[in-house]
Amino acid sequence: MSMTTQSKTGLKTLAFGMPTPDEIASGGSHGLSARPKLPPDLMSKLNAADLEEVEDIELPTEPMTINMGPSHPATHGTVRIVLTIDGETVRDSDVQVGYLHRCFEKEAEYATYTQVFPYTDRLNYVSPLLNNVGFALAVEKLLGIVDRLPERAQYIRVIIGEISRITDHLTCLGASAMEVGGFTPFLWMIKAREWLWELLEELTGARLTHSYVRIGGVSQDLPEHFIEKLRATLQKSTSVIGECESLLVKNRIFRDRMDGVATMSAEDAIAMGWTGPCLRSTGVPYDVRKDHPYLVYDRFEFDVPVGSVGDNYDRFAVRLEEIRQSMRILDQAMKQIPAGPVLLDDPRVAMPAKNAVYNTIESMIGHFKLVIDGIKVPAGEVYSYTEGGNGELGFYIVSDGTGRPYRCHVRSPSFIITQSMSKLILGAGIADIIPTFGMINMIGGECDR
Amino acid sequence: MSKADLDKLVAQFPQAIVSSHSNMGDDTAVVTVPALKDVMRYLRDTAGFDFLVSVTAVDFFGREPRFEVVYHLRSMATGNRLRIKAPVHEEEGGPVAEVATVSDLWPTANWQEREVYDMFGIKFTDHPDLRRILMYEEFVGHPLRKDYPKEQRQPLIRRDYSLS
Repeated sequence: MSMTTQSKTGLKTLAFGMPTPDEIASGGSHGLSARPKLPPDLMSKLNAADLEEVEDIELPTEPMTINMGPSHPATHGTVRIVLTIDGETVRDSDVQVGYLHRCFEKEAEYATYTQVFPYTDRLNYVSPLLNNVGFALAVEKLLGIVDRLPERAQYIRVIIGEISRITDHLTCLGASAMEVGGFTPFLWMIKAREWLWELLEELTGARLTHSYVRIGGVSQDLPEHFIEKLRATLQKSTSVIGECESLLVKNRIFRDRMDGVATMSAEDAIAMGWTGPCLRSTGVPYDVRKDHPYLVYDRFEFDVPVGSVGDNYDRFAVRLEEIRQSMRILDQAMKQIPAGPVLLDDPRVAMPAKNAVYNTIESMIGHFKLVIDGIKVPAGEVYSYTEGGNGELGFYIVSDGTGRPYRCHVRSPSFIITQSMSKLILGAGIADIIPTFGMINMIGGECDR
Repeated sequence: MSKADLDKLVAQFPQAIVSSHSNMGDDTAVVTVPALKDVMRYLRDTAGFDFLVSVTAVDFFGREPRFEVVYHLRSMATGNRLRIKAPVHEEEGGPVAEVATVSDLWPTANWQEREVYDMFGIKFTDHPDLRRILMYEEFVGHPLRKDYPKEQRQPLIRRDYSLS
């Protein structure tokens, strides 16, 4: 890629002391030219009485390669972007991922189906419960027990899933607001996220790595007064989110950084495999919860917000509205949730009760078999998909009939959307990279697996 | 749900489709590697499967053909889904198997095929930029192959610090 621009002065030297390839090849001054070479007649022109002529002098520029990341203070994800810039304009970029690769798919092949849950926590680590649910549904589809899941467990999965979606979007919006200079919305949104995480901590025992879902249901029932607490927390959060919105949507600096930056058309978004809030920002109303309802999502009334232009601001606004829609779903789920068991009563899938394990030999053997061999899943293959925080989170599982997956592939929405980064920032300024990267919400754990 | 699409596809390419089945609502067609590109082009342009959901592979070590490249498709208009599988032989005398790229049909396949190449060593012919993606350049082997031991460690050394 040669981008040498021939300036008026006929000079091919770089503007700010960058050596030309020829200079490097000749090894002149250790391959580095010490000073910028100015046009030879520049000084005489500067001294000229008529300064208008100086304005005509073009600063000779040539594309320059710089490295952004892998550890950059303004990007909340470990990614390296090798940029070719011309002044402030991005002419080319190579986005390199993989810095957070933890061999999820390889490790999953050596773990029993239940042991995979802790690994799924670490995929999209700002909404771990959505990954838990997605993986559980895939295995349950292969086991053929999706229709038999206890109703209460399905409602609990919806509730924890939507709480996770809210925390996911709050993190994305808050961090992006901070990166373009709005520190207050960040603190407020993280405060609201913390309230929700405290609730999840009470429910699961962990703030982040919950491992709460089990094949056939969830590990334990909701604690006492959980619904009341959730209702109060959501009410508090609603006002915080309203305040943050009023801080951002009419903020001149925020809007200037977001509006019309990194625009994507619907056709391109589909061709690039976008899903989730990013795809909806381009105007395509595809939401797995609506188009292929799973769990009990067909019983709730909610809207799928879509954008019109597909720029950063649309992606921001879609996420903001999705928080509200999630709250609507939560509201209905809290009203509808029935009483009952939270784990499927099937000895092939669920652990026997502790009391039975200690007192009967059959239950003890059943417990032992489930722990050591894992849940026996019939041989076959399945692709199951749910709406994750960033889009369609799919699990493709191949089983050979044993208690461990033969192959477990994650269709991670982040990975596929990050691929478009180069396209989005082409021709934009360096400063535009930060809000763009924030708004595609690349989560390292999910992207690199 | 998309059984009709599957039947239509089988009728359209009787030679190319090795087998087809519909298990648990997942409609699957197994396509020979030479015909894969034509089938995929037909699916995108004529059958309306304009959304490539995912590209991945499975290593059936000890079975012939050893690999299977798996594509999941979705039609944005109807919501129908289809799975296409292409069995890939490990090439004799070399460790590398080859499949035609679909990244010119769906740009989203670019990184996903790079990942399959990185993890399984399956090469995609005419791919514009077939490099490793999750592992580093100096990594030896393909970690998701069944004959790559999970415990195997490699020194993480970069000798070339040049940009690009």
